[in-house]
Amino acid sequence: MKFSLRDLNVWFGSVHALTDVTMDIPANEILGVIGPANSGKSTFLRTLNRLNELKPNFRMTGDVRLSGADINKTDVDLLRKKVGMVFALPLPLPLSVFDNVAYGPKMHGVRTKKRQKEIVERALKEAYLWDEVKDRLDTPASKLSGGQQQRLCMARTLAVEPEVILFDEPCSGLDPISTAKIEDTMLRLKANYTLVLVTNNVHQASRVADKTAFFLSGRLIELDDTDKIFTAPSDKRTEDYIGGRFG
Amino acid sequence: MRNPRRTEKIAFFFLFLATALIVLPVGLIVVSIVRKGLPAISWQFLTDIPREGMRGGGILPAIVGTLYLVLGAIVFALPIGLFAAIYLSEYAKDNVLTRIIKLAIVNLAGVPSVVYGLFGLALFVVFFRFGASILSGSLTLGIMVLPIIITASREALESVPQAFREVSLSLGASKWQTIRHVVLPNGISGILTGTILGLGRAAGETAPILFTVAAFYHPQLPRSIFDQAMALPYHLYVISTQVPNVGDKMRYGTALVLLGLVLIMNSVALVVRFRFRKRHRW
Repeated sequence: MKFSLRDLNVWFGSVHALTDVTMDIPANEILGVIGPANSGKSTFLRTLNRLNELKPNFRMTGDVRLSGADINKTDVDLLRKKVGMVFALPLPLPLSVFDNVAYGPKMHGVRTKKRQKEIVERALKEAYLWDEVKDRLDTPASKLSGGQQQRLCMARTLAVEPEVILFDEPCSGLDPISTAKIEDTMLRLKANYTLVLVTNNVHQASRVADKTAFFLSGRLIELDDTDKIFTAPSDKRTEDYIGGRFG
Repeated sequence: MRNPRRTEKIAFFFLFLATALIVLPVGLIVVSIVRKGLPAISWQFLTDIPREGMRGGGILPAIVGTLYLVLGAIVFALPIGLFAAIYLSEYAKDNVLTRIIKLAIVNLAGVPSVVYGLFGLALFVVFFRFGASILSGSLTLGIMVLPIIITASREALESVPQAFREVSLSLGASKWQTIRHVVLPNGISGILTGTILGLGRAAGETAPILFTVAAFYHPQLPRSIFDQAMALPYHLYVISTQVPNVGDKMRYGTALVLLGLVLIMNSVALVVRFRFRKRHRW
């Protein structure tokens, strides 16, 4: 198991965002996370790399372990190095293509230009972006198309060599072709990484996820093999959500 | 009958009028100072000490004094102001105390400059025994511009999108690395804007230097930071009100030099800001 969560509860002030979430996330699989807006999907995701802590009134109880180690007792910078994240909107830093990908390694002490170049090339190849940008690594990242920017963000995450990559609705602003490229990349990354994909698009979960979790009002309703969730869910609410009857 | 197009035209006219009303007086001031002051500007005026009871000669000691004072004030206020702004924007918890501190700093920017002068006199001149010196004057001016620098820098840092911070942190960068490599480079132009405003204010104020450094007549260049010094705004005050029969030329010439000095310092900051912007394209 990559991640083990036991009785996770999260509050923001008086809002109880996640209630009694218990689940395991196996390594080298894609876990899809679906659910309507405000169901706690993103909060769940941001628990895994402790990004919730940036909100001042955040509070959590329960036990979350990465490879057996309590994440709250792990050094937070080290945890985030191991657990990368790709955000909903493509968010390149206002730097060049090269410097965006090299940002993480630089922060972790990779000083020589030669080593940086190797890492950037490998990461861009892993994100299937290398061929499109290899001649313009010095252009501002904002000049790339939306889909390219999102794959750049993936490369930036990959450059830090994480174990887990969290995707927070990574295709919400993208056209179908860019979406297909991102999904294709995720499927190939599965061999070396553990992926968690939060998505508003249930079809996306059915296309790429090995297992799918359904959240509703901060509770984990059902977690099972994707095939089973989409063909014979055991909970009526899962069936209703997937069938488009609410949410 | 309401006509949206006509409404827009009227609104546009009044907005333009308001802008013109701001530009016009500034323009008039600059034009009249340049017109009356330009004849006074000569090599001797810029490089000589005052002579004939300040009715002739040059104003070099005052120029040098003002440069020292402004430089000293910025050297003192910029680092402290920037660090305070970083703390308030990035580290301080958003609670009642922090809000009171922020409000207090904003209000400090509105405290009359003569109050800072008295404060400087009591603290630096008397208590620390720095005497009336460039050091006392610089520190007093520095304290006066601190709130301007802190407020502008804090607003600049807070306007950097939270998403950039999240991206940097999510890559395993530490909080300080995030501030150093993401937040500061993107907030630098606002910080420099605050510094420009502070520079201009420090160069032009008379009251804070009145009791802390300014010499009525001190026709030599300062040799150490414990020396008294002349300064342009105070010199202008002196030759305008305290010394009889000083020619218009001298007074407007001094004003023009002060104006030019502030303009030059501002353009330096503008150039720096422009270069930072070019390096950090969105």
